[in-house]
Amino acid sequence: MSVTDKPVTDKAVTHKPVTDQVENQAVANSSTGQTAVPSTAVAEYALGLGDDALILAQQLGQWISRAPELEEDVALANIALDLLGHARQLLSYAGRAWDKSEDDLAYFRDEPEFRSVHLVEQPNGDFAHTIVRQLIFSSYQFELYSELVKSTDPMIQAIAAKAVKEVDYHRDHAVQWTLRLGIGTDQSHARMATALIDLWPYVDELFHDHAVTKDGKLKSELSGIAVVPSTLRARFDSRTAEVLERAELTAPATFIARGGGRRGVHSEYLGPLLAEMQVLARQHPGASW
Amino acid sequence: MTVSEPRTPHAVSAVTDAGEGTDEERALFESVIADDKRIEPRDWMPSAYRRTLVRQMSQHAHSEIIGMQPEANWITRAPSLKRKAILMAKVQDEAGHGLYLYSATETLGTGRDVLNDQLIQGKARYSSIFNYPAPTWADMGAIGWLVDGAAIVNQVPLCRASFGPYARAMVRICKEESFHQRQGFEILLELMQGTQAQQEMAQDAVNRWFAPSLMMFGPPDAESTNSAQSMAWNIKRFSNDELRQRFVDMLVPQAEVLGITFPDPELAWNEERGHYDFGELDWDEFAEVLAGRGPCNAQRLQRRRDAHNDGAWVREAAAAYARKTAGRAVEGAAA
Ligand SMILES: [Fe+2]
Ligand SMILES: [Fe+2]
Repeated sequence: MSVTDKPVTDKAVTHKPVTDQVENQAVANSSTGQTAVPSTAVAEYALGLGDDALILAQQLGQWISRAPELEEDVALANIALDLLGHARQLLSYAGRAWDKSEDDLAYFRDEPEFRSVHLVEQPNGDFAHTIVRQLIFSSYQFELYSELVKSTDPMIQAIAAKAVKEVDYHRDHAVQWTLRLGIGTDQSHARMATALIDLWPYVDELFHDHAVTKDGKLKSELSGIAVVPSTLRARFDSRTAEVLERAELTAPATFIARGGGRRGVHSEYLGPLLAEMQVLARQHPGASW
Repeated sequence: MTVSEPRTPHAVSAVTDAGEGTDEERALFESVIADDKRIEPRDWMPSAYRRTLVRQMSQHAHSEIIGMQPEANWITRAPSLKRKAILMAKVQDEAGHGLYLYSATETLGTGRDVLNDQLIQGKARYSSIFNYPAPTWADMGAIGWLVDGAAIVNQVPLCRASFGPYARAMVRICKEESFHQRQGFEILLELMQGTQAQQEMAQDAVNRWFAPSLMMFGPPDAESTNSAQSMAWNIKRFSNDELRQRFVDMLVPQAEVLGITFPDPELAWNEERGHYDFGELDWDEFAEVLAGRGPCNAQRLQRRRDAHNDGAWVREAAAAYARKTAGRAVEGAAA
């Protein structure tokens, strides 16, 4: 494919300088005050969001040097870096409640202590699976962060304000590829249809409320701070339906996976993923890098 | 180790194929080179100049792309989230360098598809350094410090290369490479200030990467075949041995800061020369790796081939989509 007809948005090929990425965290911290300690309920909420971002970043990182074309190595790395940035901010914030660093939480928790949803644990599969997972997740995340910019928790608010713009790009990237693959060739269409069948069962869990509610209402400690996920569902459904229709695809009528990630009940995929992520840090406990 | 005298830039004529071009075109090319100005893609140039550039720039692009692999292998296992972010961004930078360089090469009339085919069919070269394995985390430090470090020493003079698009790509790339080198140095510094196991890991990695990084400058001047012509064309500015010496002189003080040693008993300051002396490199090993018999040649190429083949249906779909939607836009406009 020549440089002129590359099927990616301009943003995908302009990769960000390293410094931008790494200083994400400093920006959010300095703008909101380093020392605010969240309540346990807020920390647990942040932990769930942070774990989703971390696990998905870990998965996307595996594409780098293996993508279908160089522009996608760059684009998927961009998305992974954004998500990793969000994860670091959320985990650092959550960790203050328990006097733990982002690395304590990422590297020294065991599988049942993770709060990620099953969707982000699903393997990369082929490029169609990665795109469908990203379409679902970033559509959900876009609606979520769009609401969290109104959060009364200054740290959550600041993280969401920065993240929502990035997630909007992730979603656009996934939408563009959904259109290309849905409409492109018979093979790409068939692969997208398969990926939708494989991944759609994990949509429901994104909108489970139990982690943030008590007796059917938002927990009082989270009032004004968190979003009740089920309130995002209608917008998610209409937006994704519109994209799938344009891509000549449909959301499959399929079973609903049970979920349980927010309670620490995970898919089989999480264990090996964590084993790989944590192996070196755990060989050298207490070391700094 | 002796270093040859700087060469006179016009020992070899800039135009070699005397039968090519009009007298006027040849004179113009010669004067641009003589005045140390830039040749641009639309300008007339000798075909040998074009071939040399396509070869060198595409090898450089391939090196960026193959070079992603040893570091990409550590993204999933990076021992802190900060290091994971830095490493991911670094490997992403290298993909960006490959893209700039392929684009710059395309201005000479050879497309990325052709260059990529040459790479995956094993017909093109890339820097041999990437055929060495990166078995430990400390290799991320050693690669950044030594490999990106050698790349900078090689590439800074290329920012003044006579072919404009190459020179401009190098300016962008060199800025990022110096970040990479600093980050590699920081990884090693952190390890050297850490536990004994971390210090040993760092020293071991430097022991393995030192000689291969010195060989990145290519064979000794006496055996370097293309150098004289490239110098006459203002593509190359310094000889392999000159650049290698510059690199060693730069490294030694940095190694002292790290508290790390190099596996070379002959490494010593030579007061008379005002440079560090260093031992003979194992050029037989260099030849072996270059010939495809290094520790990782096969796996590096296979990985690139797999990515290319696995992505074929995606690229086909994107192309088909572009055709279909272009058609739709036309229909829409007609209606
Ligand atoms: Fe590079
Ligand atoms: Fe680099």
